[in-house]
Amino acid sequence: MKEQISKIKESAIQEIETANDLTQLNDVRVKYLGKKGELTALLRGMKDLSAEERPIIGSLVNDVKEELENLIQKNEEELKKAEINKKLEEEKIDITLPSTKIRRGSKHPVNRIIEELEDLFVSMGYDVCSGPELETDEYCFERLNLPKGHPARDMQDSFYITDEYLLRTQTSAVQARTMVANKEKTPIREITAGKTYRREDDATHSHQFGQIEGLVIDYKENHVSLADLKGTLEVLVRTIIDKNSNLRFRPSYFPFTEPSYEVDVSCFKCGGKGCNLCKQTGWIEVLGCGMVHPNVLKMNGYDPEKFGGFAFGTGLDRLAMFKYGIPDMRYLYANDVRFLKQFDRKDVD
Amino acid sequence: MKLSTNFVKDYIDIDVDVKTLAEDMTKAGNEYDSAEKLVNATNLVIGEIKSCKPHPDSDHLHLCKVDVGTEILDIVCGAPNAREGIKVIVALPGAELPGGVKIKSGVIRGEQSNGMMCALYEIGIDKKYLSEEDKNGICELPQDAVPGEDPIAFLGLDDEVIDFDLTANRGDLLSILGMAYEIGAIYNKKLKKELDMSHKENGKDVNESLKVDVQTDNCKLFLAKRAENIQIKESPAFIKNRLIASGIRPINNVVDISNYVMLEVGQPLHFYDSDFLGNKLIVRMANKDEKLTTLDNIERTLNENDIVIAKEDGAIGLAGVMGGLTTEVEEATKNITIESAIFDPVLVRKTSNKILRSEASNRFEKGIAINSTYMAIERACNLLEKYANATIITGTVVYDKTKTENNLLSDRNIKIKYKDINDVLGTNISKEEILDVFKRLDFEIDYSDDEEANVCVPRRRLDISIKEDLIEEVGRIYGVDNIQGKLPKLEMKQGNYDKTGRAIRNKMIDLGLNETLSYILINDKEVHKFTTDEFEELKLLDPITVDRNTLRYSMIPSLYKIYEYNYARNQKDVSIFEIGKGFFKKGEIYGEENKLCVLMSGIYSLGIEKKQVDFYILKGIAEELLDYLGYENRYSFVMPKNIPNEFHPGQTAEINVNNDIVGIIGRVHPEVTSEKVFVMEINLDKLLSKKVGGMKYKEISKYPTIKKDLSLIIDKNKTSYEIEKELKKAAGKLLTNIEVFDLYTGKGIDKDKKSIAYSLSFGANDRTLTDEEINEVLNKIIETAQNKLHAELRK
Repeated sequence: MKEQISKIKESAIQEIETANDLTQLNDVRVKYLGKKGELTALLRGMKDLSAEERPIIGSLVNDVKEELENLIQKNEEELKKAEINKKLEEEKIDITLPSTKIRRGSKHPVNRIIEELEDLFVSMGYDVCSGPELETDEYCFERLNLPKGHPARDMQDSFYITDEYLLRTQTSAVQARTMVANKEKTPIREITAGKTYRREDDATHSHQFGQIEGLVIDYKENHVSLADLKGTLEVLVRTIIDKNSNLRFRPSYFPFTEPSYEVDVSCFKCGGKGCNLCKQTGWIEVLGCGMVHPNVLKMNGYDPEKFGGFAFGTGLDRLAMFKYGIPDMRYLYANDVRFLKQFDRKDVD
Repeated sequence: MKLSTNFVKDYIDIDVDVKTLAEDMTKAGNEYDSAEKLVNATNLVIGEIKSCKPHPDSDHLHLCKVDVGTEILDIVCGAPNAREGIKVIVALPGAELPGGVKIKSGVIRGEQSNGMMCALYEIGIDKKYLSEEDKNGICELPQDAVPGEDPIAFLGLDDEVIDFDLTANRGDLLSILGMAYEIGAIYNKKLKKELDMSHKENGKDVNESLKVDVQTDNCKLFLAKRAENIQIKESPAFIKNRLIASGIRPINNVVDISNYVMLEVGQPLHFYDSDFLGNKLIVRMANKDEKLTTLDNIERTLNENDIVIAKEDGAIGLAGVMGGLTTEVEEATKNITIESAIFDPVLVRKTSNKILRSEASNRFEKGIAINSTYMAIERACNLLEKYANATIITGTVVYDKTKTENNLLSDRNIKIKYKDINDVLGTNISKEEILDVFKRLDFEIDYSDDEEANVCVPRRRLDISIKEDLIEEVGRIYGVDNIQGKLPKLEMKQGNYDKTGRAIRNKMIDLGLNETLSYILINDKEVHKFTTDEFEELKLLDPITVDRNTLRYSMIPSLYKIYEYNYARNQKDVSIFEIGKGFFKKGEIYGEENKLCVLMSGIYSLGIEKKQVDFYILKGIAEELLDYLGYENRYSFVMPKNIPNEFHPGQTAEINVNNDIVGIIGRVHPEVTSEKVFVMEINLDKLLSKKVGGMKYKEISKYPTIKKDLSLIIDKNKTSYEIEKELKKAAGKLLTNIEVFDLYTGKGIDKDKKSIAYSLSFGANDRTLTDEEINEVLNKIIETAQNKLHAELRK
């Protein structure tokens, strides 16, 4: 009997070891350990043994059974692993093949700048206001201290539709509208971004261009000052153009502000050393600004003795060109899809 | 304004170099374009031609021996006027001339040449300033020139020029005197001397021989004097040089003096030939269509907005802009009448825009202080006496209405509190520093205490009339660089912006479209395209080109232009959108509307599917947007009654929201393009005026949904919309969804029929539906399909 057991054990072990796949291994299990298996048959034959032999042989058979089960389990795991590995090997792909493109569209660079500026100013409590592009002479000029015949109107030769209606030359028209709408009821903190139009078209001027303007009017007691304007524009420039920008305020002249300034930004290409972008000056003119002219306040319903504030404005197209290194303003309006598609990634924070 | 630093140094000492001066002026608000030497050439010396022989190998070159003080140089020269004995300007080997020309020793046609004899234009004096002789040959220096010395200093051309780009309010800086005050304020210096106006006056008072009759309000001040027996000749070198440095061509001593005084004082003068003038000068508005031949020999047609100077028998000059031909000062002129006047800036500007923008008109436009008018006429007499041997006639004809006019023309007092200055600037500038600024500007202080001062602004500063102007002056001279930036301390509040506009933009981008930015100006031929709406087009009064002469109404022409631009560059997969405006006039109303425009053509790909664009892709984009904005189940696409000519009549729909047409969608007519191009425009103002409710959670049924398919053969012209509507009505609320999953025409189906298959979903929130319930609903559906829609079931 013992011999028989060890014979079964030996041949079972051999068959287990040589089984190449899970089916063969299962066949081995059935052959020896199944209901009709050889080892099971042995156990059944135990009734013919003597009472002394029975426990000895019984435990021997059980030991073998356990040993075989362990061995099968172990080999089973190995075979499973091998099988998975084989499958993985078969599923190997060329990860350098092109991807399935999942492509969003893109936002026009000028609108990217507008949204960035709007977010910045909204975070400082400014409202974003809008107004008509087909504007009246009254709001575009007269209410901004630019009476008919004023020489400063030269700077902005306009597209008139009638004697009264024109395409707005500046987003400041919205400032006048905002003031008239609020009429001293509240202080104002607003920005307006949008399209503006002037009668000029050459390499550096487009007859249609983008502008953004800001206006702060508050009670005199709150002392909105030139220093505040300077600080605000520093934030603007450092957010949009370059964290390390320096600003230079140059006294200038605009009819709607007094005092008025033009603001130069240290050249972000050469860092102020002088290059072709800044025409060797180290500075690039970017903004116009000033303290709101008392006539403008008065004409639009705010008492200059009680209120004061500042206004600023800048060209969006130039900001977009600076920010993204676009060499020619006309690219912004040509709308070549190969150009548009480039503006599809997140800006660097 | 080109500033000759030599000229301004007559009145103020300048201790810094020209670049520093230009930069310091810029910081004070006076921007410049360039700051450089008038003659930008090196290594120039005076030479004397000792001998001049023809070049053996050339018919026009000369071989010259030139004494340059230290040596005799062999120089080959091509100038026709090169000859023995003349004094010349020699550029030595190593010299650099304007335009990057470098002079080297060399051999010209076999002969050694060690330098170059120069014409004035070769050392940087523009030909337009030169006499005929100087244009055609080398410069001949006067005989007292000493070989070896600096010819530029000898000629008085050792000047440095700053070309300022001045702001419109600083008319005072269009004069040497104004510049001197400004420079003085920056460097804290006083003027060296006053304007020399001294001269003798002779004979009977001019008022006896000349009357001035001003018939218009547009001339507030008119002065006239007369000078007799003048000698017309070339101006002295300093006058010519200063005119050239200032960008004005020298002509003769008398004309040059009028320009010189204009540069110096800022008041343009006009000289008339008295012998052609008669004894009366009239200032009036021109008559309609009045004719005048101006100095440039062009006959001008005038109108009632032009101010003219006239005799009884007609206009002789356009006030402030250009004189007339008949009274021009010429070689033979002996007696002149000098006009110094102030004309209305706005009208001068209008006239000069029409005729000619000149140094004179520029000054009238910016405004002239009345003391300049009085000073200029006396200064002209001073110079005419000195440089034209003129006899000045006693007295001045004066018409002066400035006293009764606004105080801007005279000195004015402005009271200012130091606190106001510091509040506006955000500074803490002391009383002493503030008063010092006014002193530097040469503004007198009438009165000052610890809180405020009374500042007397001289009349030359026309730009200063209110206290804010004085605050600007303090900021300017104190230096804006010295003001520390900070953020305003204001009450906290929330900022608002248009979230919907952005949401629409981002949704379109999410759907794979590229945003464009197009011009709103289009050709008037395009403006009624892609629309059947009635409106009056808005044309520009003065367009730059025909292609941009009208404001667009529909945005589709703009986007179609972009499509064409890309197509021409072989970019045929175009999926673009833009949010913009359309403009119109309806009745008396001028209006504009916000619109969303989409154009798609070629391959559209979003994710794994790459598809040729068709109507249904664009419709899908429209639906996705409308659903996103909250209009789910409130819109439909309907066949339009009137289809614009540029749309495909069989592939176009109106977008209907709440029974209101908000947009159009369809294929561009094959006659417009053979490519498949699809466009859509939605009137956003109209769409967004329809309110939507907030987003609310809907209960998800815990019970299963049962799906059934239904395939119908039905009349080809029955639209899916109509079929669905009827089926839904028949089914009631147990039908939770209905979707088309197949559409077939062709083999096996009658020509006037189509096969359309629906997937129907049934379910309820409170129970699992029984087979009986479903069959009952399904039977109702089938019954409706057969009886109402006359459809046949397809097995």
